[in-house]
Amino acid sequence: MKLEILNGHLVDPANEIDQPKDVFMTDGKVVAVDKPPDGWKADHTINAANKLVLPGLVELSASLRQPGQEHKATIQSETKAAAAAGITSLACLPTTNPVVDSPAEVELIERLSQDSGHCRVYVIGALTKGLKGENLSEMAALKAAGCVGVTNVLHPLKSSLVLRRAMEYASSQALTVFTHPLDHHLANNGCVHEGLTSLRLGLPGIPGAAETAALAFHLALIEELNVRTHFCRLSTLRSVNMIARARENHLPVTADVSILHLYLTDSDIQDFDGLCHNLPPYRTQPDRDGLRMGLQDGTLTAICADHQPHEIEATLAPFQSTEPGSSNLESLLPLVLQLVQEGVLSLKEAVRCVTQQPAEILGISAGNLSVGGTADACIVDPGLDWVLTSETLLSRGKNTPMLGRQCKGRTTHTILGGKPVYQLENG
Amino acid sequence: MRHFLDIGRLNCKELTHILDTAKSFTSVEGQTVKKVPLLRGKTIVNLFFEPSTRTRTTFELAAKRLSADVLNISVATSATVKGESLLDTLFSLEAMNTDIFIVRHPESGAAEFIAKHVAPHISIINAGDGRHAHPTQALLDAFTIREHHQDFSKLNIAIVGDILHSRVARSQIEALNILGTREIRVIAPRTLLPANIEQLGVQVFQDCTQGLRDVDVIIMLRLQKERMQGAFIPSEHEYFQLYGLTPERLALANPEAIVMHPGPINRGVEISSEVADGPQSVILQQVKYGIAVRMAILSIAISTGERGVDHET
Repeated sequence: MKLEILNGHLVDPANEIDQPKDVFMTDGKVVAVDKPPDGWKADHTINAANKLVLPGLVELSASLRQPGQEHKATIQSETKAAAAAGITSLACLPTTNPVVDSPAEVELIERLSQDSGHCRVYVIGALTKGLKGENLSEMAALKAAGCVGVTNVLHPLKSSLVLRRAMEYASSQALTVFTHPLDHHLANNGCVHEGLTSLRLGLPGIPGAAETAALAFHLALIEELNVRTHFCRLSTLRSVNMIARARENHLPVTADVSILHLYLTDSDIQDFDGLCHNLPPYRTQPDRDGLRMGLQDGTLTAICADHQPHEIEATLAPFQSTEPGSSNLESLLPLVLQLVQEGVLSLKEAVRCVTQQPAEILGISAGNLSVGGTADACIVDPGLDWVLTSETLLSRGKNTPMLGRQCKGRTTHTILGGKPVYQLENG
Repeated sequence: MRHFLDIGRLNCKELTHILDTAKSFTSVEGQTVKKVPLLRGKTIVNLFFEPSTRTRTTFELAAKRLSADVLNISVATSATVKGESLLDTLFSLEAMNTDIFIVRHPESGAAEFIAKHVAPHISIINAGDGRHAHPTQALLDAFTIREHHQDFSKLNIAIVGDILHSRVARSQIEALNILGTREIRVIAPRTLLPANIEQLGVQVFQDCTQGLRDVDVIIMLRLQKERMQGAFIPSEHEYFQLYGLTPERLALANPEAIVMHPGPINRGVEISSEVADGPQSVILQQVKYGIAVRMAILSIAISTGERGVDHET
């Protein structure tokens, strides 16, 4: 199939393009940018006048809830939501039931994703068996089955020695370790940032040091072992400064931030709004600003949705008993565009943080529209005003603190492997 | 005031109105027939997800003295019981045509959560939620203080002990600030002080001798036995040495100072028997006034509900 996207404004940070250009795709590959190939005749034309043409977005962290938690969401439902959000590649976490710690689960997820066909799904496998933090998972087998990395997510490791060995073993399999820095003892079952809000609401707090202490500990090991590590979901200004120093010292580390941490602070948890229950917690205004600055100076190289859909019952409880995390795939792009509107990032740099750079972190060939590369793209109407409601969400999870938010900019088309997989009605 | 969830939503006028109403109910106590018919035909549910003697019984007495029917429900709870069942419990009680739920729950925000989901004709009164709030306790404390010292703007009040885990302390600090207290002090080791506590408008002392000097009211908080396991303090013995209220320490305060405690007291842990039973102790008065204050809150909640006025949530 030959597809052409005409009259759009192409933003392809990997190729340093930010100008009006047409894109031509054949059989799943980009075959030309700007001028059509000789003798070109398209089967399908998308007119992208007044729209942005971007590489398909790359999401670092989406819980698809399958297998085992189909009451929350399914691969079918969430990849469809991803397509509507302009996301063409996503990495899913091993926190399923059973845990993804053997090739069988990887293969199941891959098969279900291919069947649904809305989005490419990459699996990050478990660092330890059952995520129990004791024994190493069979990482070579996981890698052979297609895992792009390993993680223990927010599950604690039994000891610092287990962590050291897990990091070393992952590095010998050339697997990136995706680390969620959290000292569980310091976090002490807290559910909000330890500060004025935790004090006022009487909710157990998680001090910033629960993150920075764990981060410092990991960095000490990385310095000695030289193992490639990606730090997930930083939440404090101090963490950003620590990563900046580590990168100056040429440690093989990268770090990301979730989109909601760039907007929310603990003061948004007024009246015990369980939709703002997140791990790591939303922290203070200086932390939020520090995370934004971390993106500006390149310390943080990716913005992710950190998508965690829940059934409605999981949010209907007193704050501490609600399940943390929210359904964010479909908030990602409008909130990234808002960073541009607020002057935090240029359009090109903002797009880079959700395309090229997360793709590099995952080690996948995606997140660009290079000639010869995979034809994954999304087309965005940057001027479209719309309100994010539970009706507009395709995700099964309607649990997001962004419900009711006035957004500007929306995906109108998503193209996966040169084929349209999503089109906004009247888009 | 349809619901009564925390102190922070009240202004000084509203808070004083509750105290004045409570004052009018103290005369009911002295009557041979200790009943007024204000809540006749109303059904009040004591919905307790956490054990309590004092708060539950004083609420029950308050409701009965207002001629209401009272239903006591203790729900066994654990961390695994999720909101689903909490809501289900709620809906089944609603179906019984009840008017007020008095709720105690081990989780912060539980009363607020219930208030958000309950049918519009039902009032929720928070009888303690997690570490968040215990507004009726704070009001009865304010009432007790007012019976002894009229003018809050002249008072130095010290709250001593486990501030971190105390919903009582949080509500007291709010109430005392609203009433214009001259100085509120909190006295505890750092392990028992929440982060940022000074931002609530209190002076922080880690030394009891300094903190108690010239105070007019001393409020002692209960130290839970399990705090030793959590490494908050090394031993009850050392805690008593540093923070226990003894006659010697009490002598640092204003000679007119009163000693309060929300109960139940741990003799020899946070307070010595000489002080607890001594002339400056008003601990039993607090219990007694608790009934009048709770009568006031119940009657105000019902009358607001009936007028259909809703200027809270």
